[in-house]
Amino acid sequence: MFKDSFKKVSITASAMIIFSLVASAALSISYFLTKTPIEESDARAKRMFLNQVVPSNLYDNNLVKDTISVEPNPLIGNKKNIDIYRAKKNNQVIAVIIETIAPDGYSGEIKTLVGVDQKDKILGVRVITHKETPGLGDYIEVDKSHWIKNFNLKSLDEMGEKEWAVKKDGGDFDYVSGATITSRAVIKSTYKSLLYVKENKKRLFAS
Amino acid sequence: MSDIKKIAIDGLWKQNPGLVQLLGLCPTLAVTTSVVNGLSLGIATALVMALSNGSISPIRKFVPTEIRVPVFILIIAALVTIIDFSIHAFIEPLYKALGIFIPLIVTNCIVLARVESFAAKNDTAPSFFDGLYMGLGLAMVLAVLGALREIFGKGTLLSGIDLIFGSSASNLVIHFFSDYPGFLLAILPPGAFISLACLIALKNHIEAR
Repeated sequence: MFKDSFKKVSITASAMIIFSLVASAALSISYFLTKTPIEESDARAKRMFLNQVVPSNLYDNNLVKDTISVEPNPLIGNKKNIDIYRAKKNNQVIAVIIETIAPDGYSGEIKTLVGVDQKDKILGVRVITHKETPGLGDYIEVDKSHWIKNFNLKSLDEMGEKEWAVKKDGGDFDYVSGATITSRAVIKSTYKSLLYVKENKKRLFAS
Repeated sequence: MSDIKKIAIDGLWKQNPGLVQLLGLCPTLAVTTSVVNGLSLGIATALVMALSNGSISPIRKFVPTEIRVPVFILIIAALVTIIDFSIHAFIEPLYKALGIFIPLIVTNCIVLARVESFAAKNDTAPSFFDGLYMGLGLAMVLAVLGALREIFGKGTLLSGIDLIFGSSASNLVIHFFSDYPGFLLAILPPGAFISLACLIALKNHIEAR
């Protein structure tokens, strides 16, 4: 009796293990097969957005090549070294573009590009990747709504810490009801990247 | 062939997942704020349902009954992730339009329901078509639901179509009223429930005649 049920449990358990192994194997294979093309397609999207966060008539260098690598910093949320793009005119750095990661989106990370000029003003913010709810949290994409353009020309000097929040929390920014978490995450990460620029001003803007 | 015809009628009308089985309402109601959103989610769901039904049916005899549900969920989740990766890597324009909807589909219980009630008991070809037609039936309901909510909520139709067909398609967007103030209730979740109720009532009315 005991032996019979033991045998049955063993068969069931091994079946579950085998199915899990097969599924994991299939997932890892497809992950490795698609890794490079996915990175390439994200890089293409990023290049397109670079020109939207810092208008191309402001600089005369090759943005993609003129970068400095910075180590992980909680203010911009990177876990490994990332490149910060520098826009130069006549060899003077006039703006930097920082890739920030907001860890606290509604469903995972929200990656954005933030362009900041030498007066610490935001030139533009664009969302590169996110996993927010379609039709609800995706208003942070510029294709879906103009919300992200609210950041244009904002700076730390003009607005205190309290104003860097959605209106519901006493701040300065609109939000979409039902998707407040999304806007909170983007506002917070943008604010922190401005702090980052302020703290590292000398290094980032050194020509 | 008459089998497949019956499957098609069940999926599209008699057993329509959106209007009769009422399964997987959570993503359904959240996303249908416009025709384009509704239809996109619907097509992505149909794709996943056809593939999951079609791939689980041939292995159904190797799955012990006691653990069939976890195994099905495992296979569906793996399959959805692989589809998500592949579309992102190889069909970039499609990913832009459908990509964000795909992970949502794992949470949709209609996929598991069709696997459990149809693919676990039938051969591969009928299972594939069952998934496909059930998915298309759902897509139809999502499109109509999206249309209703978009017309009442925003006063437009086909907004967002430029995201799928490029910016030249943006003049396909229909504006019914100039200066429409918008009707927030239709866009928020209660609007989804009310519109769905109206659709179900309409279907029952047609059936009753």
